[in-house]
This record gives sequence, structure tokens and C-alpha cells, in this order.
Amino acid sequence: MLAPVGSVSLTVNGIVHDLELEPRELLVYVLRDRLGLTGTVVGCDTSSCGSCTVLLDGESVKSCTLLGVQADGREVTTIEGLAENGSLHPLQESFHTHHALQCGYCTSGMILAAVSLLAENPHPTADEIRHALEGNLCRCTGYQNIVDAIQAVAG
Amino acid sequence: MSAPAQVATGNVIGAPIERKEDMTLLSGQAQWVDNMRLPGMVYFAVVRSPFAHARIGSVDVRPALAHADVVAAWSGDDLAEDWNGSLPCAWLPTEDTNAPQHLPLTTDEARYVGDGVAVVVATSRAAAEDAAELVQVEYEQLPAVTDAEDALADGAPLVHGGFGTNRCYTWTLESEGGVDTLFADSAVTVKERYRQNRLIPNAIEPRAVVVNPLPAAGEFTMWSTTQVPHIARILLSGLVGIPEAKLRVVAPDVGGGFGSKLDVYAEEALALAISRRLGRPVKWTETRSEGYTSTIHGRDVWQEIELAATAEGKITAVRVRLVAAMGAYLQLVTTGVPLLGAWLYGGAYDVQGYSFECTTAFTHTTPTDAYRGAGRPEATYAIERAVDALARAVGKDPAEIRRLNFIREFPNTIAAGLTIDSGDYDALLERALENVGYESLRAEQATRRSNGDPKRLGIGFSTYVEMCGLAPSKILGAIRYGAGGWDAATIRCLPTGTVQVLIGTSPHGQGHETTMAQIVADRLGYGVDEIEVLHGDTAVVPLGMDTYGSRSLAVGGVALYFAAERIAEKAKRIAAHRLGVGVDDVEHMRGTFTSAEGSVTLKEIALAAWTAHDLPDGVEPGLEASFVYDPPNFSWPAGAHVAVVEVDTETGLVDLVRYVAVDDVGTVINPTIVDGQVHGGLAQGVSQALYEEAIYDEDGNLLTSSMTSYLVPSAAELPAWELDRIEVPSPTNPLGVKGVGETGAIASPAAVMNAVVDALVADGVTHIDMPATPEKVWRALEEARA
Repeated sequence: MLAPVGSVSLTVNGIVHDLELEPRELLVYVLRDRLGLTGTVVGCDTSSCGSCTVLLDGESVKSCTLLGVQADGREVTTIEGLAENGSLHPLQESFHTHHALQCGYCTSGMILAAVSLLAENPHPTADEIRHALEGNLCRCTGYQNIVDAIQAVAG
Repeated sequence: MSAPAQVATGNVIGAPIERKEDMTLLSGQAQWVDNMRLPGMVYFAVVRSPFAHARIGSVDVRPALAHADVVAAWSGDDLAEDWNGSLPCAWLPTEDTNAPQHLPLTTDEARYVGDGVAVVVATSRAAAEDAAELVQVEYEQLPAVTDAEDALADGAPLVHGGFGTNRCYTWTLESEGGVDTLFADSAVTVKERYRQNRLIPNAIEPRAVVVNPLPAAGEFTMWSTTQVPHIARILLSGLVGIPEAKLRVVAPDVGGGFGSKLDVYAEEALALAISRRLGRPVKWTETRSEGYTSTIHGRDVWQEIELAATAEGKITAVRVRLVAAMGAYLQLVTTGVPLLGAWLYGGAYDVQGYSFECTTAFTHTTPTDAYRGAGRPEATYAIERAVDALARAVGKDPAEIRRLNFIREFPNTIAAGLTIDSGDYDALLERALENVGYESLRAEQATRRSNGDPKRLGIGFSTYVEMCGLAPSKILGAIRYGAGGWDAATIRCLPTGTVQVLIGTSPHGQGHETTMAQIVADRLGYGVDEIEVLHGDTAVVPLGMDTYGSRSLAVGGVALYFAAERIAEKAKRIAAHRLGVGVDDVEHMRGTFTSAEGSVTLKEIALAAWTAHDLPDGVEPGLEASFVYDPPNFSWPAGAHVAVVEVDTETGLVDLVRYVAVDDVGTVINPTIVDGQVHGGLAQGVSQALYEEAIYDEDGNLLTSSMTSYLVPSAAELPAWELDRIEVPSPTNPLGVKGVGETGAIASPAAVMNAVVDALVADGVTHIDMPATPEKVWRALEEARA
């Protein structure tokens, strides 16, 4: 067992958590194992698949490429924090109406990547969406409905 | 079984209803196996061979045991007593099939990189993985063979020395009527050799398993990322020695499978054995890179196909020889995969003579097994590419040669021996030609050529037929498969007006909760939201054959249809009693039972059946019915797909600019879900053609050993799909359904590769193997130019 590095304070979905973390602990495992936020999932070990994508201070990051300690003092949003007042986020709703998910395993990361994309580029073309999602792999949908779902929200 | 009449359907069948299963998945509330944590749970890691072939000397687990967080560590020998035999292979196609011992941990030799040799159990996953690296294994490295043809050559290193050969089995199928004579008499023959690249399935959820034992009762509950909870329960019960009735297997939310979770894996057996030894809950989660060697691969076949034809290009006979890699061991249906294509190398064409031979070989590689399409993408690829070669040989357009050869009469008993129940291949092709704008594409292609445009245009066809809806049990028995192909469904009308539907299929992305609810809603008049579809838990749904081979709707959905008939039949008797009329005087339509005396609803009847205060004589309380359906035939989806590619002759880059698919999957229950299935299959098939290939070096190291070196396509690599459908209902089942899970993956590799060749044929290129990477295309052009 490695020695803890001391207190880390991070805000996840608006709630402040003070934690003692191991130096090697990845943010994704902090979310899943310590905070029980299992909507963020792990799909690979090479930062390739994007299943673990969350928002860090509003911008998408792969939570398997960050150490938990790197999130000290920062704000994390996971899929559990996306709905507001019991209503799904427009992207969650659009993924549903466009059948942009099948098994659902990539969906949390895909939606958070899309939230980040639309914050940067509110009206992307289909081509821009496809390239922006290069870091998020889906093996079920063939991507067409994901692109459509995002474009429908972007208008 | 005579053909049942097609049923009249209401507006629920065929409606694009939004999926019932989405809300938990969208909200981060899915129940993945890896989410589970139980009190006292321990975690294990598998020590895996870094060598493709090595004799195992001592395995010293003591350094791992010295780790503070380690609970136990065992070698293969230590656990050898825990197994009753081998990890199961359900299909030994011939009496002389060589089926090797396959223990969850090997004891004598490592036979592929990733073969498990020891296991370490600790109080955390990280500690288990750390300590696994401390286990000292003495390996004596031995020569390896990774290619199936090389493995069959004299003097090749043997994967299983006891057999004296790497051959697993040879299986043949030959039609009557003298195939050799048809070849001898033919005006034209073409002979082609193709490579089916080895593929890594890459379901985005890695595999995981949790076992919770109840030692005093001898009971075990296993949660697994499996497509086959029912099959796993039976086979693991036998392997680990737990009575079937004491083992419960649950497949909660499962994150994709594509065949890779259609297996009984070593880690499931290990989890059961470890939990039994320790009396504690145990968990294992695969890392992705670990999965690249420890989860099955797909394809890896050498194909030789010959066509005999008239001078006009009418095919008379097809002759096929395959050499297929099994990998180091046999997994659940490793042996059967090539045979699932054995009847289909004649494609959608009317041929008289048919000869198929498949030889399979062990190699020092990860075992192969079913991957989306399993045998049928291979068959479709070979016949569709060979038909294009024939078109070139006789100077015909690829669309024209297909028209010349299509099967047009149904039912049609093909030369390979099975009977295709229905189809309209001309209609599919003509629609595809129209949708793609064939003539103007050909004109553009010619213009580009005459202008010397370095970006050539290519148009490629795949007019496929496949067999799915696995499968008639009698046929499975005849080809020596170890189980039946039926499936089961139960409908339970609850007294409060909702319904539980129990299905024996086990979805992992296919939307069964919605599609199956639509069938029940259509037959019995409930709202889709009033129907709860339960699946994937052997304690809740004891009977089922699970999900693979595009069978869930064509077998499980039909079982559900017949269960609904039984509900209606019983409800009609109760309705007649309540209305004071004879049973024959009652009409049933979607949950309303009407006679001249009035009407009652199914919901009212369900309550009456539950109170049981006033039931007709001989009628049991409760309103529940089950049906087990064994399909009398396979189902036969078909389609015409057209790929349009731009090939840059300067760089070799292939750009798939359009993809038009017109499919006949029979009656469509939910068009949105069906489109989604086609999209996903197309992505995987296109990716086989252009991007994916598992490559071993000569020592048996997997060079494409993670997502960084194996190209799983992103949205940026794939086009927008252009789909269309023609519905020719299957006359084999009353719903008219045919299955759709694999059509895209089956059809598309051939369409794309035919397009690539079509783009370059004027440059002298007539063959490129998959995947058509820029380097491969560029080299083919260089060779043609030389």
C-alpha cells in the first residue's frame, strides 16, 4: 500500500468531497470506487476509448488519464450530474429520441464529450462532430445516430 | 410444419417506438458487472504467459503470498482438482475432431500469449495486479506457429503434441450431380484466393465476473458480462462441479458482445472455484490490453473459391476450400464458425453443383470463435468477390451478372441442401441501383478515368443472402452441435393491469425490452409501457438459449407470439364464462374479448383469474402462459448493398464516400432499432474491409495488442449510412420476421472490397486483401504499374 498524499478537495456534480488519495489513483477510480459514481466507466487502459470522459471545469477529459490528485480544487461533472431538476439534459434526451445508444456503455462518455463540443462550437457540421468525437469509441451504433442526435441539439 | 398464415398486425408492430431500456443507460444508472461491490469481496488477477509457446517448469507463488494484501495464490497444478474436465466446446463437427484439454489455468505448456498459468487473489484489484507480477514462472520457450496453413505443414511446431498434428478436423459437404463434371464441362472458370483477416471484437465493456457464494447452502450466484447466462450456467455447473440447481447466473446490463461474450471463459470458472475455496465473494475485471489476448478473436481463414460458368457467365457450380485457424484451444463454438457459412458460398445464386471443404488447425494464438456474422461474412465475401471476378472474365457489368444468376423461385432448396423460404433478390438489387444512382456513378467513374483524375471512383456490390435465426434443433443435432436451437418465453398478466414478460434471450444492446414489448402489445392490447420484459437471470427466467446468431427475434420473439396466443386462449374461456356465452361466441382482438352479450378486457380477466372467485370449471387460477419454440427452418435475410469509394492512386487511401444498403429482414417490428442494428453491423464490416487486423509476429506476439495499435474506427472513419428496406415476410413463422443483427457485418466487407477493386481494375489491379490499408493499396498499384 502506498502512502496517501493527504487531503484532496474536489467538487463533483456540485458536492465538495475531501478525500485522502493514493498518489497513483486515477480520477476514474476515485469517481467509481470512492464516490460510487458508476455512471463513469472504464473501457480501456490506453486512453483510447473515451468511455470514462467527464467534464473538468466544463471541459471534457478522459478521467483515466488524470490522477485523482490532479483534480484537487477543481470541478468535475459526471453523467449523474447532467440532468437538472429531474429533467434530462437536451443531449441525453436527443440520444434517446435518435436511438444513439445500444448497449449504452460508451454513452456517458459520448454525451459528456458532446456537451464539451457544443460549448466550444455551438453549431458544428456533421463532419466537425465526427472529428470532435474521434476520441470516443462506440462499437454498436455505427455513429450515424450519435451524429444526428448531437446535430439535432445544436440546431 | 406447414406455413402459418401471416398475422394481421396493428400499429404497434412496425412503429418506431423509443427504447424502454434507455433511461438508466442515459443517466449513469446502468448495472454493469464491474460496478458491483459485495461485503468481504476479494479480487483476482491472472498471471499470463508472455510466450506463445513454452513449457512450464516451476510456478512459485510464494513471493505473491508475501504481499500484505494478498489472500491466496495458486498455480494451474494447485487448482487442477477443481475442474471436471475442460472448458467446454459445444461443437465437435466430426467423430475424429481433435478436442484438446483446456483447463482454466494451463499446467504443462503455455500455448498462446495470454494463456493463464496462475492466479493471485487480494483485497483490492490493484494489489492483485501488483502481486501477480511477483509470481515466478519458469518458462522454456518453444517454437510457435501462428498461421493455419503453416500449422498444417510437415514439421510445424505442435500446439497439442498428443495429437501428432495441428489439424483439428476436416468437414466436407458436396451436392449430388457431379461438381467435377460441371467444372469439366464449363466454358469459363474463375479461381480466387482470399484472406479473412483476424479481428478483435472490442465490445466497449471489458469482460468482468463477480461470484457470491453461500457456502452453507452450497449455492453460488455469478454475475457475468455474458451473452449466454443459460448456457454458461449449464456448462459451468459441469466444469466446476456445482449442481445446476445451485448455480444462478445473471447477465445484468452487458456492454456489447458481438460474439465475444458468447463463451464460457476461464475467468468465470476461476471465479467460481476461488469463491468456493475462500467462501467469499470474488471479482475479476479484464483490462482492455489483457482482453486483446484473453477474449476470443474472430475470422482468420484462408479461402479458395472456384466458380464454373457458361460463356455468358451463368454459374453452374461452386467449389470451396477453407483453412481456418482455431487458435490454441477450442472455445464454446470455435469449431462451428466456419460451418455456419458452409451452406452459403453459393450466395443468392442458382447453382447446380456445390462442394465445400473446411480444414481447421490449431495455432499458437488466442482462440477464435463467433464474431458478428460468424462464418457468413466469410462466405458472402468469397462468393461476392468471385462473382465480380467472373463478371470481369466474361465482360459483364457486376449488376448484370448478378441478375443473370439470382435465385427467383421460393421456397428454394439450394445445391448445398438447405431451403431458403422466401426472398426477392431482383427487387433488392433494382432498389439499390436506383438509390445509389448507378448509371450516373458509372458515368462519373468513366469521366474521372478519361481525365486522369488520381482519385478513382469505385462501385462495389454485395447481393447477399444469409441464414440466421439459429436454429432448428434437429439440424443442429445432425451437424453434431451439443444443444438445441429453441427458445422460450413466458407472459404473466398481473392482477393490477401490468404484464411481466420473461424471455430466454439475453440482450446486450439490441433493445429486446422494447421489441418484445411491442409484440405483446400488438397481440394482447397492453400499452408498451405496461409491459416489463425480464431477461438474463436464470433465477427469474430459468429457460432460455440466449442471444447470438440473429436469433432473438426470429426464435425468441416467435416463442413470445405463441405464448400470447396461449394467454388469449385461456382468457377467452374466462371471458366466455363471464359473458355467459360459449367460447366460440367470443372474439378476441388486442386484449378485448367481445360477444353479443358485451365485452371484457384482458386486464379485467387478469384480475378475475387472480381472485379466482368465479372461474369456469377446470380453469386454473392466474393468467400466465409459456411457449418453447423450435424453429422449423433457419431464417434467410437478404439484401443488396452498394459501396462507393474514392481511391487515391497517389497515396493508396480509400475513402468510403457512400454506402447504400437495401435489406429484406422480413417483417420489421421496430424500424428504429432495426436501422440501428444495420448501422452497427455495417460499421464492423466496413472496418474489417478497411481498418482492422490482428497481427502476430513469427514468435506469436500479438503486435496489435491494444486500442492504440488496432484500429477500432471512430465516427471520423465512417460515412453516413443510406438504408432502405423491402419486406418479404418469412413464411416460416407467423410474425414473418427474419433477424437483423448480423446483416450489416455479413454484407459490407464484400461491397467495400469490390468497390476498391472496381476503382483500380483499369489500372490493372484485380486483387487486394482486407484490410485495404493505404500501404496495401499503394503496393498493389505499384505492382500493377511494374
